Amino acid sequence: MTTNVNTMKFSFMDNVLYQAKRYPLGVAGAIIMTVFVFAALFATTVAPLDPFSTNAKASLAKPGGVFLMGADMMGRDVFSRLIHGARVSLAVALGATCIGSGFGAVIGLACGYIGGWFDLLVQRVTEVMQALPLLVMALVITASLGPSLPNTIIAIAIPLIPTVSRVVRSNVLSLREMPYVEAAKAIGMSEWRIAAIHVLPNTLAPLIVLATAQLGSTILTEASLSFLGLGVPEPYPSWGRMLSESAAEYVRTAPWLVIFPGLAISLVVFGSNLLGDALRDALDPRQRD
Amino acid sequence: MTMEQTPLVEVTALRKFFPIKKGLLRRTIGNVRAVDGVSFSINAGETLGLVGESGCGKSTVGRVVLRLIEPSAGSIKIKGADITGLKRQDLRPLRRQMQIVFQDPFSSLNPRIRVGDIVGEPLKVHNVGDKKDRADRVAQLFQRVGLRPDQMNNYPHQFSGGQRQRVSIARALALDPGFIVADEPVSALDVSIQAQVINLLMDLQRERQLSYLFISHNLAVVEHISHRVAVMYLGRIVEYADKTSLFAKPLHPYTEALLAAVPLPDPSLKRTKHRVEGDVPSPINPPSGCHFHPRCPYAEPRCKVEAPVLRDVAPGRQVACHLR
Repeated sequence: MTTNVNTMKFSFMDNVLYQAKRYPLGVAGAIIMTVFVFAALFATTVAPLDPFSTNAKASLAKPGGVFLMGADMMGRDVFSRLIHGARVSLAVALGATCIGSGFGAVIGLACGYIGGWFDLLVQRVTEVMQALPLLVMALVITASLGPSLPNTIIAIAIPLIPTVSRVVRSNVLSLREMPYVEAAKAIGMSEWRIAAIHVLPNTLAPLIVLATAQLGSTILTEASLSFLGLGVPEPYPSWGRMLSESAAEYVRTAPWLVIFPGLAISLVVFGSNLLGDALRDALDPRQRD
Repeated sequence: MTMEQTPLVEVTALRKFFPIKKGLLRRTIGNVRAVDGVSFSINAGETLGLVGESGCGKSTVGRVVLRLIEPSAGSIKIKGADITGLKRQDLRPLRRQMQIVFQDPFSSLNPRIRVGDIVGEPLKVHNVGDKKDRADRVAQLFQRVGLRPDQMNNYPHQFSGGQRQRVSIARALALDPGFIVADEPVSALDVSIQAQVINLLMDLQRERQLSYLFISHNLAVVEHISHRVAVMYLGRIVEYADKTSLFAKPLHPYTEALLAAVPLPDPSLKRTKHRVEGDVPSPINPPSGCHFHPRCPYAEPRCKVEAPVLRDVAPGRQVACHLR
């Protein structure tokens, strides 16, 4: 088992290439995500048409020709709107997931470590939060903050915190008792350093899985919020709203209005899951050689 | 036991009770008396074997001595200095003098950290030398415990149990401590590997005048490595003697029973028919009087009432039994 292969220090790029070869699905996920992120960043140059300009003649135009993915009721190009919509959807998905997981991890770590009354209190608050459905809580928060992109992100991030903090807390509780943590105490390492070096990295695996799973649900929550008029304000397109606006009315007459935004959402969720799974494995030294 | 030198480690009347809390208000409804008045001392270069059944509190003793768990009462002195009441930050420099090796070679090494960094960690925490000095020191330690320095960049899962235990020993040695608690360091290993690790520990002791508190339930191993042996039962030491006299003639009925339970490698040898029956009673509600009386074949009425104290029966030999 102990070969000399791993004893050489690899450069970062070597390591990335090595891991890429081992996880082709992860690479596929990374490519999907990169394409979407690029589309979002350079939406103005990538989109062939103006996503806001209406055209009565092109109302519900079929896919093909100028309108690669057809046009909506107001004659706006679906493809261009999807590309612009990636900005909102990705910002919300990545932003809310990062904020939610970040705060959740910190709170979970604190609860697991401090314990006692602090833990008891935080856990009860968490339970109250978990008793409310994600959407209802997001609704209340956006309603009080007002509709805007940052507010939408915050509103979706806060309901994510309880789940993440619970997972991290339970992990910390078991990791704290590990002999290697005791060994670290025995050499006089500070609690902070133990938490950062020994405890947190070992809760990474469930955290990544949870975060990638939540990425998809955040996009859908954003869609619901936008549909109810509490998401990102109107003329600006978001995938969720494109989907939910047209789902009921046009699913038979103009299915492309539903299919393409739905496809975009599924692809991002799929891509992030592939990437997340591969990241979790690649970051675990036990999975090597 | 001679009194001419101060012992390296001196433990007096050590107690550790774990409270059992129940209900919304977390009221204490009882205590697990894991360690109930344990005293011993270890001289420089000496090994004290601590034996007993599972759950008798021997591992707790090891942890409390290192203050990984806070004692409920009693005192711990290292080189004559009382460390019992020391604050965390005052204790830190003293941690260099005392280390621990754990039983499970798998969970005692963080799977995400390279073994070289694991062994170098104590040096880093105590700011020993610069990066290069530390790497050299780690390489030396690797060589000393029988690992190749080029294995430093490997992860723990790439090693076998015995090799991992060597990594643990290297980590414990990094700061050049005088005292090491070895908490069942070979119980999880194959017999052939056990011998190698035991020999390594003994060689290191000779080289560095190390003192060990060697916790084990394996009497054969204890007989091999220890100078003196303390037998623990339900949080108390019931017999304390030098190795030779203990194994030649156990005084406490419990020690007798433990020794009788050791498998004999020669089938033609007759063994004394003396067995302990039943399980260790609960340390939450230990039996009255002598803790051992419900399982003791020689128990008398007074054993139920009166708790025997550990008293001297010969120089350096103590036993807690009314009958001996």
